[in-house]
Amino acid sequence: MSNMNLTLKIWRQKGANDKGKMVDYKVADISEHMSFLEMMDVLNEQLINSGDEPVAFDHDCREGICGSCSMFINGEAHGPVKGTTTCQLHMRSFKDGDTIFIEPFRAKAFPVIKDLVVDRSAFDRIQQSGGFISVNTSGNTQDANATPIPKHDADLAMDAAACIGCGACVATCKNSSAMLFTGAKISQYALLPQGRVEARDRAQNMVAQMDAEGFGNCTNTGACEVECPKGIDLSNIARMNRELLSGSLNG
Amino acid sequence: MSILDGKVPAGPIKDKWKTYKDKVNLVNPANKRNIDVIVVGTGLAGGSAAATLAEQGYNVKAFCYQDSPRRAHSIAAQGGINAAKNYQGDGDSTYRLFYDTVKGGDYRSREANVHRLAEVSTNIIDQCVAQGVPFARDYGGLLDNRSFGGVLVSRTFYAKGQTGQQLLLGAYSAMNRQIARGKIEMFNRHEMLDVVVVDGKARGIIARNLVTGEIERHSAHAVVLGTGGYGNVFFLSTNAMGSNATAAWKAHRRGAYFANPCYTQIHPTCIPRSGDYQSKLTLMSESLRNDGRIWVPARKEDVEAIRSGKLKPTAIPEENRDYYLERRYPAFGNLVPRDVASRAAKERCDEGYGVNATGEAVYLDFASAIVRYGKEQATIKGEVDASEARIKELGKEIVKAKYGNLFDMYKQIAAENPYETPMMIYPAVHYTMGGIWVDYNLMTTIPGCYAIGEANFSDHGANRLGASALMQGLADGYFVLPYTIGDYLSNDIRTGKISTDTAEFAAAEKEVTERLEGLVNNKGTRSVDYYHKQLGNIMWNKCGMSRNEKGLKEAIAEIAELREDFWKNVSVPGGAYELNQELEKAGRVADFLELGELFAKDALDRNESCGGHFREESVEQGGPQDGEALRDDVNYAYVSAWEYKGKPSDAVLHKEQLEFKDIELKQRSYK
Repeated sequence: MSNMNLTLKIWRQKGANDKGKMVDYKVADISEHMSFLEMMDVLNEQLINSGDEPVAFDHDCREGICGSCSMFINGEAHGPVKGTTTCQLHMRSFKDGDTIFIEPFRAKAFPVIKDLVVDRSAFDRIQQSGGFISVNTSGNTQDANATPIPKHDADLAMDAAACIGCGACVATCKNSSAMLFTGAKISQYALLPQGRVEARDRAQNMVAQMDAEGFGNCTNTGACEVECPKGIDLSNIARMNRELLSGSLNG
Repeated sequence: MSILDGKVPAGPIKDKWKTYKDKVNLVNPANKRNIDVIVVGTGLAGGSAAATLAEQGYNVKAFCYQDSPRRAHSIAAQGGINAAKNYQGDGDSTYRLFYDTVKGGDYRSREANVHRLAEVSTNIIDQCVAQGVPFARDYGGLLDNRSFGGVLVSRTFYAKGQTGQQLLLGAYSAMNRQIARGKIEMFNRHEMLDVVVVDGKARGIIARNLVTGEIERHSAHAVVLGTGGYGNVFFLSTNAMGSNATAAWKAHRRGAYFANPCYTQIHPTCIPRSGDYQSKLTLMSESLRNDGRIWVPARKEDVEAIRSGKLKPTAIPEENRDYYLERRYPAFGNLVPRDVASRAAKERCDEGYGVNATGEAVYLDFASAIVRYGKEQATIKGEVDASEARIKELGKEIVKAKYGNLFDMYKQIAAENPYETPMMIYPAVHYTMGGIWVDYNLMTTIPGCYAIGEANFSDHGANRLGASALMQGLADGYFVLPYTIGDYLSNDIRTGKISTDTAEFAAAEKEVTERLEGLVNNKGTRSVDYYHKQLGNIMWNKCGMSRNEKGLKEAIAEIAELREDFWKNVSVPGGAYELNQELEKAGRVADFLELGELFAKDALDRNESCGGHFREESVEQGGPQDGEALRDDVNYAYVSAWEYKGKPSDAVLHKEQLEFKDIELKQRSYK
């Protein structure tokens, strides 16, 4: 396949308090083997060489695990390929002559900092409100094999723990709900004996913080699950609600 | 030149750490409340240190350049974490882990530090399980292990292919608990741009708020750097895009010696570069070499035909393939250590046998493994007359079960199906064993400034074993530093709050501000990436997998010249007091341009081949090992620790002589 010429429509916003707008750019000779972010690098190099300011976007590991990258591409979080972060999306998913819309993740709880960079610190604060097991690092806990954990539970906990905290679930949800994110962390601990001790308080505290951050409610559309690059599934939200309910019933 | 003292405690190696802990000075809990500690970096080392220090009662200020501490690059580690638990009952022990690590490091690490690492390795697993890290388990509910990196026991704990992620999220959760208690004050999107030294002691840092561009002063009684390695000096590496050496380099400029900069690990199984636009490289677990066979075409005409797309690798008959690792190393074959496998791939590609458009790729072929597993399965299933197609089908199932996630990752990036055609791989810079020199306390040559994890130099010698980086990061952060730092801080219980309103802070802040403003006002003609790529080319070609005197001298001159050009002609758009990603990069590349030169200088000084450092002048002559790496224990069994004197060319070498009392030095052989 020959290289591509593309039109990019990108959200530009100088700062948190400035008004933003979509701006058109052209890039030429884009290889199908490039990653989406490498295509953005080409654009930025072009902008710098012509004396313009490059487009700011969050990215770091570029191998789909750190959760930094966050673009809304053609109306989808992380673009058109399922189970993929923006950094692992390749240009072979596009074709010559395409126009690509690139916007930041949008949610009340994720204010734009600049261009495509958003503030996701609300996720950190949800974790700080209970996303841990209260054990000190003494090195004198019991032996790691003292409590056997059924493989099935351990595997489910691992599936929930695979969340990379990118925020695609929030950006995709029409209510900007963070329930998939919060449910995944609550589930990871709820499934392990070590986490059961504080399970009730954890669910209540994390959900309260989630609400305080201004995330919306869940109306079971399932869009979050579809767009999650790591395949975190809806059963985590059900488990969170179960933990929450059993907590409130027990006072 | 002076001789450096590693402050290793006396006594038998088995008792050193225990005795040290028995005698070390402690700070009482009431006094800890009056002491501040800065931790820079929130990966496995920094994150675990920040959490533990806060639990102990110190007031911690933690800094990371990412938007959340959870995103530090430890998160990308795949394979696992070693620990001498001996859960498999296969003869593992603290001593064996210690021995494997020293030998794997080609006898260039500090024995006492490595033994301590092996001792605390078991605590890490206990701690992480208590934290809720979902390690893989077997059907009995107990922890599972895999073998790794050519050692003789199964001591690697793992969480699918995301062990680094799970361990980091564990440390992050421990940090979150302390952030919620107010014991850690967390500074996300902040970059450390200088260490402030007051009366000879590290008393704070200058940091830039990356959102506003504001320059901030932060004081503390001690500063801990857990800021990772410097692999991105090569431009292309498996590090994250933001991974940088700036914090370490600033400490170096303020008096911290930099040790063994030339020790770099180049990992053999990475996905090759596909073009000039490439921004980073992706590693695939070395476990692939357990079943994959590495080869290139034996005939140049086949190479040409492959590159022009006229020939498929599967169409090349066996007799026209060169399985060069099996040819050169019949005993270890495809399972030679990382450094040996990487150099051999480079040798074939330099000779013109590389199989992709850039000429820098070799094949990793699973066809024979698929047939071997398929035949085994057919036998198990009693399918005596299984067709060739059926055998392949059965074999692919097994290969999928073992390596499915890696094959998927390859397919996503390279757009080829590795079940049908061989993978293409090429070595890539992955980890740096060198780093800031530290003594047994993990303290640098600046009193009160500590370096932990990949940022220091002490545990991996000239080559790191697989699954040992995670172990070292967490050992330093959870179990070593929190003890050793108390010894130093016990002298600070009456010091009181450190003021930032002093001449030292003002001077450091001024220097930082002037440099940043200089960069944005430079209005040159070339982008930061232009310089970074140029530097990467010099490093890769002349300080990469194979080094010689002529090339290293050229590298030193070329890097110095490039650095001069950078300061004249670099262009950084935008201002200093706003979110400016080009400015962030510019500062980091400016530091890499100094570090790169010191790297070459160190490589030139070390005229021996050891671990990841291969000098063409130091090879075995004749005999069965002809042409293989030759270590020189008589002249080079020392740590090179460089003192900053203005320019890298003026750096002064200090030596720490390495002593091996418990392990006999041997030449590695894989023939």
